[in-house]
Amino acid sequence: MGEVVLEVRELSTKYITRFREDVYAVDRVSLKVEEGKTLGIAGESGCGKSTLALSLMGYYFPPLHYTSGEIIIDGRDISRMKPDDVRKSILGSEIAYIPQSAMNALNPTQKIIRFVEDVFQAHDPYKSKPEIHEYAEEAFETLGLPASVLNKYPVELSGGMKQRTVIAVSVLLCPKALIADEPSSALDVTTQKMVIKMLKNLMENGFIKSMIFITHELPLLYNVADDIMVMYAGQIVEKGTAVEVVFDPLHPYAKGLMGSIIVPEEGLRDVKLTAIPGVPPNLKSPPAGCQFAERCKYVLPECRVMSIPLYDAGGGRAYRCILSEKVLREAYQHAG
Amino acid sequence: MPGEQNACLSGRDLTKIFGFGSTKTVAVDHVDFDFHEGEVISLVGESGSGKTTLAKMLLGLLNPTEGEIYFEGKLRDIRTQRKKREYWKDIQAIFQDPYCSYNIFRKIDTVLLDCIHMRGGRRLPQATKVEMMAEACSFVNLKWEELTNKYPFELSGGQMQRLMIARIFLLKPKILLADEPTSMIDACSRATILDMLMQLRDEVGMTVVFITHDIGLAYYVSDTVYIMEHGEFVETGCADEVILHPKEEYTKRLINDVPKIYEEWDLSTV
Repeated sequence: MGEVVLEVRELSTKYITRFREDVYAVDRVSLKVEEGKTLGIAGESGCGKSTLALSLMGYYFPPLHYTSGEIIIDGRDISRMKPDDVRKSILGSEIAYIPQSAMNALNPTQKIIRFVEDVFQAHDPYKSKPEIHEYAEEAFETLGLPASVLNKYPVELSGGMKQRTVIAVSVLLCPKALIADEPSSALDVTTQKMVIKMLKNLMENGFIKSMIFITHELPLLYNVADDIMVMYAGQIVEKGTAVEVVFDPLHPYAKGLMGSIIVPEEGLRDVKLTAIPGVPPNLKSPPAGCQFAERCKYVLPECRVMSIPLYDAGGGRAYRCILSEKVLREAYQHAG
Repeated sequence: MPGEQNACLSGRDLTKIFGFGSTKTVAVDHVDFDFHEGEVISLVGESGSGKTTLAKMLLGLLNPTEGEIYFEGKLRDIRTQRKKREYWKDIQAIFQDPYCSYNIFRKIDTVLLDCIHMRGGRRLPQATKVEMMAEACSFVNLKWEELTNKYPFELSGGQMQRLMIARIFLLKPKILLADEPTSMIDACSRATILDMLMQLRDEVGMTVVFITHDIGLAYYVSDTVYIMEHGEFVETGCADEVILHPKEEYTKRLINDVPKIYEEWDLSTV
C-alpha cells in the first residue's frame, strides 16, 4: 500500500442559491488517493461530480459553501483555509485542476509563454524569465509537445493541442494530485486518445503523484483508473477497483450505468442498451430514504424511509444499498 | 448519370471547396453515395474530415461547388424559398448542440405547433393539436403538462434533445440527418436517445443518416457505414463487415482509438 497523497473524510458542501435555498451537492464523501494511483469518479450529469472536484481543492467561493469534513493533503487540513491562502499555497503546487473546457482558459491575446510565466511568478516572484523559459521548454519536450508551442498564440493551436498545453502548464509545478474533470469530452476519439496518453505519461515522468479522473464515459474510465467511485445525487453509491465496478457492479445504479456502455466489439449489436428510467432527485429537498429509490427496480418499502449507510464489503469495496451482496448478484443474474 | 431508382437520396461527384487560389480547402471531394429507404447510415470520421459539410449540403444549407444531389430519383430543386420549404418537409436534422438549436424567445408550444402547421394541420381544432403534441411528448418520455408554457432553456440538455426527437415524430420526414446527436449529453441519456431514434425508424420507416466520430456508436445503430477521411469515402459497406473486419488503415485507427472494455486499449499508437 502506497503513501496516501490526498485524504478526504466525510466532506459535505452545499450551494446557497439566490433565493436562500440550500442545495446539498456533496454529501459526506470520503476518499483516499494513494501515490501512483488514479481514482475515477463516474456518474451522470448533475450528480455532483464536478462540485466534488471543486470542493476537493478547498477553494470555496459563493455560491459554493463548505459545511463539514476534512481534506488532508500532505498531512495538512486545507478545508478551513482562507480562499486566498489556498490559491497561493495549494493550487498549482499541491493540487492542480483541469476543468472540462480547459482550452478556453487561454488568453487569446497572449502567447503561451506569458501564461507559463504567470503561473511560475504567482508562486515564486523571484524566478527569472530565462530560467522559466528553459524549464518550460524542457518540460514540454518531456511531455511530447513541441517547444515551439510556447511561442504561439492559442488561436494557432488545434483543440486537442490547446487542451494538452493547458494540462502541461497545470502540472509544471509538480503538484501532488491532479484533478481532471472531463478533460476529453469535447474532443473526438483520436485527440481524446492523445490527451489520455499524455495524462498517463505525467505520472510516469513524475510530474504528478496521483490523479483523480472524472467522466461519464465508462469505457474510458475503465482504461484510465485503478479504482472507480460511482456517485449519485451527491453521495458515493459504489466504490471498488475498476475491474470490480465494471464487471461486477453491486449497486442498482452502477448496474444501470453499465447497461449504457457502447464499445465497437463483436456482439454489441445484439445487446440492447438499457437506460435508467426517471430523473435524479432534486437536491434542494433530497428524499428521506435512499436517493435512488424512485428509479430503482429492486426498491423495498424501507428504502423510502431509512437513510442508507455505505456498507463495507471488504477489500476496499463498498456500496450503498439495503440489499445484501448475495441478493443483488442473484437479482442481476435473474434479470440477465 | 442520375441516382439509382430505388435510392431516396443520392449524390454524384459531390464536391465542396471553401476559399480559392492558394488558400482553398477541399472539404468534400467528389463523393458518390446512394441512401436507401429505411436504411440507417453512419458517416464516421475524425474532426475536419468533412462530415458536417456533407450534411449541410444534403440539407440545402450550403450549395455544392460541383456535383448533383438526387432526391427520390430526381435532381433536387431548391432554387426558391417555397421549394426549399417543401424539401424540408422531407428532410430534417438533429444537431449536436441542443442549446443552440432552439430559438430562445419561443415557447415549446410554438416549436411543436410549427411542426403541426408545417404538415398541413393549421386548420385542425385546438384540442386535436394538443392531443398530437402530448402524444409526441409521451413518445420521448416527456410530460406535455410539464412542458407547456415553458421555454426551451428551462430544460436540461437531454430533455432538449428528446424534444428535438418529438419534433421529428410530428414532422415524420422521409430522411433524418442526426449530426452527433449524443456527443453533448451523458452516457445514460445517450442510450435513451438512441433507442428512441431506432423506434422512430421502425414506426415511421424513415432513413436515418447518423454522423459521428465514435465508431462504437456507428456500429450499434447503423446498417451501412461510410468512413470519411479528408473529404473522401475511404471505406464503405455493411456495418459488421467494415467494423469487425476493417481493410483500410484509417478505419483500423479509428476503431483502435475508442476505449474498450473486453480488449486491451493500445495507447502506443497515437
